[in-house]
Amino acid sequence: MTQMKDIPMTNSMVQPTAAAGAAVSLENLVRTFGAVRALDGFTLKIEPGEFMALLGPSGCGKTTALRVLAGFELLDSGRVVVDGVDLSDVSARKRDMGMVFQSYSLFPNMSALNNVAFGLRMRKQSSQVRRKKAVELLEMVGLADQAAKYPHQMSGGQQQRIALARALAIEPRVLLLDEPLSALDAMVRAELRDQIRLLQQRLAITTVFVTHDQEEVLSMADRVCVMSRGHIEQVAPPSELYARPATAFVAQFVGISSRVPVDVSNGEVVVFGKRCPVRSGEGRTLTGGADALLRPEDIAIEVDTEGKGFVTRKSFFGAMTRVVVQTGDISVRVDVRSDVGSDIDLGAHVRLSIVARDVLVASRQEVVGPDAAATP
Amino acid sequence: MAPIGGPGSLFEVEVVESRPVAEFSSGSPKRRRRIRWWRLVVLVLAGVYFLIPIYAGLKFSFENAAGHLSDEAFRDLPSAPGFTAALTLSLKLALATVVVSTVLMVPTSIYVHVRVPRLRRLLDVVTVLPIVIPPIVLIIGVLGVFPQWAKASPYLLSFMYVILAMPFVYRSLDAGLGAIDLKTLTEASRSLGGNWFKTLWRVILPNIRPALLSATVLTLALVFGEYTMASLDLWTTVPVWIVQFNTSSNGHIQVAASMLGLVGTWILLVLVVSLDRSQSRRSRRKLGA
Repeated sequence: MTQMKDIPMTNSMVQPTAAAGAAVSLENLVRTFGAVRALDGFTLKIEPGEFMALLGPSGCGKTTALRVLAGFELLDSGRVVVDGVDLSDVSARKRDMGMVFQSYSLFPNMSALNNVAFGLRMRKQSSQVRRKKAVELLEMVGLADQAAKYPHQMSGGQQQRIALARALAIEPRVLLLDEPLSALDAMVRAELRDQIRLLQQRLAITTVFVTHDQEEVLSMADRVCVMSRGHIEQVAPPSELYARPATAFVAQFVGISSRVPVDVSNGEVVVFGKRCPVRSGEGRTLTGGADALLRPEDIAIEVDTEGKGFVTRKSFFGAMTRVVVQTGDISVRVDVRSDVGSDIDLGAHVRLSIVARDVLVASRQEVVGPDAAATP
Repeated sequence: MAPIGGPGSLFEVEVVESRPVAEFSSGSPKRRRRIRWWRLVVLVLAGVYFLIPIYAGLKFSFENAAGHLSDEAFRDLPSAPGFTAALTLSLKLALATVVVSTVLMVPTSIYVHVRVPRLRRLLDVVTVLPIVIPPIVLIIGVLGVFPQWAKASPYLLSFMYVILAMPFVYRSLDAGLGAIDLKTLTEASRSLGGNWFKTLWRVILPNIRPALLSATVLTLALVFGEYTMASLDLWTTVPVWIVQFNTSSNGHIQVAASMLGLVGTWILLVLVVSLDRSQSRRSRRKLGA
């Protein structure tokens, strides 16, 4: 795959423009499809130049929110405000928003160069200007040598980079990315992910990125908006989202958590025989029976023939190995260094202990997202 | 240290006895030969079925009244009474039909694909109706209802031909539109500032060109072959002229006209396909925004 060139920011196309870095405000958006409420009073403010990711399971409304922002979906109620201007009734073609789609969206009848220049042509730019800017953008994504090629002659990664260049060519006020990496293989995805982030930071362009891939979100976004059933669960920077999930849904959807039944008393719980304070959040208000949501790295494991748990599964992830321990009715996942993990045999009896300073506690009745216990 | 792939190693490899590839193929060489032989038989039979009538027609058209080999019929055809007028009328009707059909069906098909895909099934059924309803029913109904000034124009036939051609045109367009990601391409164009017309002209139409050409050729073939409606509407198109023309040539000129129509349609088809290919090659060579 051709590498993206690290060219200096000297030309007009790659410098932040006055249009770049628009403030976006989605206010109380409601959109229904029949009986399904895809957006249910969705409100989100995005700072100028911010990289905001919308994360959530299928059907949570993240793509609908993006399409509403792009102007492809009509609203039942609510407002889309960009730089203080209400765009709710403005057509998609007049919103100045560049979009990269999940499926390959290059125009098959046009070369890479003409694809990139298409938006400029629609803006009635002269052919010289179109060509110059298109070449600059192709250089920026490292595909200047592919200018004459047609989409069917390019790989998926190259097509998405051309699509990115095409979206940036119109100097959009907001860049919209609708799962642009999901159709790519793992290596290309990782490379393009870094390139998108690099470009976004260089251009300081407000970006909204829709995905269900946590790894992408945690590595790219300034802030993440976790969605469920058309509303927001939490908006926070990735590190905070992981370390301080506001709800059980977020705790289980972002990263991996094991649910361990506990009794809450005076803001404390006993987990694997150790007394721990309950982490600030909704769990603080609970008393009695609840679930502790434990990250794999919050738990230590030790081989002990007297231990109550036994190893049911091991998954090798390079430097780290994930060990699944069955203790009573509960399945708990623990991450250990692989050199330690290799000494733990399947079926071995083990003892678990908690190493976290505090634990997140959620109501046992709370309905949460995907059952994290189902996958290693 | 155990060798990689050796017994008991982490990468232990199970040795599988190698077998001739032929055992895993779909059948023995003898059986495959038999299948190919049957394919050839089917191909020859189908070829004979189609080619013998054409051969017979060509042979007859290249004979004179005395039964000798001659191009007399083709030489006499342009000067045959009424032929040029019939050909001109058929060409005009064909052109009008293609234009009306395209203007009507292309936006409709695109709209249904992009905005109301659930209506595709309904359109599938509706567009088949002209095949089910005999042309004679359609034309008698139209002639009974339409005012005299409309019936006085041959172009009323074009609108009827649009209905007759609808099953072929819609299916060609539907297949063409189904072969591209129309929704995404349309949205990409719109997000880049393209209005509906520019999106249609620069993005959609170039990508469904083979479907459009196919629809055009089918429409032309239909117009040049339609007899019932034209004769009942009292217009002398080429098929009507072929039936009505009667001279001492014993049908040689009529058959020559039919053969010319057939060959003409083929030539048109080849031209359209090669035009499409050369245009694709040219646009691929062409650089610059």
